Order: sequence, then C-alpha cells, then structure tokens
Amino acid sequence: MLIRVYDAVLAETVTITGHQDDQIEAYLARPLAPGPFGGVVVIHHMPGYDAATKEIVRRFAVGGYAAICPNLYWRDAPGASPDDAAAVVRAAGGVPEDRLLGDLAGAARYLRGLSSANGKVGVIGYCSGGRQAFLAACKLPFDAAVDCYGAFVAGTPPEGFPLKVRPLIGEADQLRCPLLGLFGAEDSTPSPEHNAELAAELTRLGKTFEFHEYPGAGHAFFAVDRPSYRPQAAVDGWRRIFDFFGRYLS
Amino acid sequence: MCTYVTETVPVDGSGKGPAGWFSLRHAAVYVDHPYHAPYGHTVNIDFANPDLGPAARVAVELTEQSALALVDAIHAALAAAPPGLAAAPPGPAGGQPQA
Repeated sequence: MLIRVYDAVLAETVTITGHQDDQIEAYLARPLAPGPFGGVVVIHHMPGYDAATKEIVRRFAVGGYAAICPNLYWRDAPGASPDDAAAVVRAAGGVPEDRLLGDLAGAARYLRGLSSANGKVGVIGYCSGGRQAFLAACKLPFDAAVDCYGAFVAGTPPEGFPLKVRPLIGEADQLRCPLLGLFGAEDSTPSPEHNAELAAELTRLGKTFEFHEYPGAGHAFFAVDRPSYRPQAAVDGWRRIFDFFGRYLS
Repeated sequence: MCTYVTETVPVDGSGKGPAGWFSLRHAAVYVDHPYHAPYGHTVNIDFANPDLGPAARVAVELTEQSALALVDAIHAALAAAPPGLAAAPPGPAGGQPQA
C-alpha cells in the first residue's frame, strides 16, 4: 500500500535575536510536519543574503531540515538589496568576527527552540562562508559543520599579499564537531596544498573530518548562477552533505 | 577566491542611481566575485554616498581588460582637454566630496 507523506515546506523571513541581543533579519525554511528535525544554519557568501542563498535554505527544508540563514549585513543596511548591502559592508571593512559568531549562535538558538527541533544543529557555508563555518565549528556548540571551499582556513599568504583575514588553522584544536570539507581540485584558494595542510593538522589532533576534492572543479562549483558551476561536483557534493548531516544531525 | 581587499578613494562628483542623481562621496574598487557579470572575478567599482543609504550606489563590474581600457580612456580624455578644465574649483569645498 502506498503511504503518502505530506510534502510541504514553509519559507519565510523572520526576526531572530543575534549578537548582543540585536534583532536581525533571517530567512527560515522548514518542513511542514511535526518532526523531529535537525537544524542547519546557512552562512551566506560575501555577495550577501541573496536569492541563491535563500534557495539553498529551501533545499535543506525540502531535504528534511529546519534551515535558517541570518542576514549578517542587516545592521549595516536594513532593507537594502543584497548587492547594495554587500557593498556597504565591504566598504566598511567587513563583518566583525564577534558579531558574526553572535549572530550564528542566535540562529542556532532559534532552530533549537522550534517545536519540531531534535536539538541537533549543523552549520554550512560557501566561499567566505566556508571559512566562517570552520570558525563557528571551533567556537560554537554545533553538531556538524560543512566548509565548502572556504579560503584562508589553512595556508600562508604569499609575502606582500594584502590579506585582511587571518588563517584559522591555529584554532583547529578547538574544533568541536565533525567537519566535512568540499573543495575543487582546480581552486587556488583554498588550493589542494592548503587542504592537505588542514587535513594533516586535523589528523594530528585526532579530529573527525572528511575532505573531498573534485577534479575539474574550481572555486564556487555549487553556484548554479555562476560560470564556475560544475554539475558533477555539485550533485555529488549535495549527496555528501545530506549523507553527512544525516549521520550527525539525526 | 574572495580577495577581502578593497581600495577606497574619496570622490567629488555625481552619479545616477535608481532614485536619480546624487552627490558621490567615495569609490570602492576591488577585484572579486561579481554580482551580475558572467565571470568568476571582475574589477568592481562602487560609486557611493553612504550618507544617503545603501541604494545611493552606482556599481560596475568590468573584466580586467575593460577596466584597464577605461583607465586609459580617462587619461586620454583628460589629456585631450585643457589642463584643469574638469578640476574642482578652489574654495572651502573645492576638491572635497559633497554631501
């Protein structure tokens, strides 16, 4: 007998309590069912809280997770279009690290407070968000983390490179949850050498992690609206993400 | 890659945004992922006036070749005009960005 499961999600803009109890905008998507469901905090990339990121949030909801993306640029440009907000934040020097972590903690708290929550929450980020996901996994009580081609986690910048962010590998000993890393073999930031350096350090520290490098893919291979999109890598990457979260957020 | 590097310069002049003309305060120049141009990286320039809100912005995303050609064209146009013709007039506000 065929049993039909109610197949629906709700996606909406909500207000959450972020860093220092600030009220900030966030995009929430969740299955319309009692649960229990794991949660996923999605970190938007540097171009902002945009349509492509909201699509990722909805994809997690369709896959059986309550997912939320805090608008990390809300304070700087409330109500602005994502590209204008990103320009404002960039001109101001970026998002302060403590504010980022406070907002991500608030997003995780919001998910754990949902009546459908199972108490487990993961974090995922792409590009600059991949680096931030690693940082969050070191500093906050997440249950699983996915770093999609985050630059400047490992690696020493070449001399003279005007780096405005610091490498995070020195904080790897604080990694508090399993980590999945998805990278392009043709990427230079992070390069396969950077990924190997991070893998060696995580192995030395006895951390739980899985890294996958895709041949023929460079940076941002998940981005369906950009020429960097590589369907083979993205399809396999999504499969690995759902497998990973299925193991650690159930 | 995200370069995280931005060159910002004060500018004096006007730009036309979604709500019409406005006075410019600065230009931010950076090489990074574009928002719209169909390339992995571009030279991005935001002409903006933060005092008027985030939407007071004129944005361009150019290939490296286009950006360098634009620089040459600016130099050529200035060289073809009498020296100082487009310079801000002397005075208290001369050469300074206007709100």
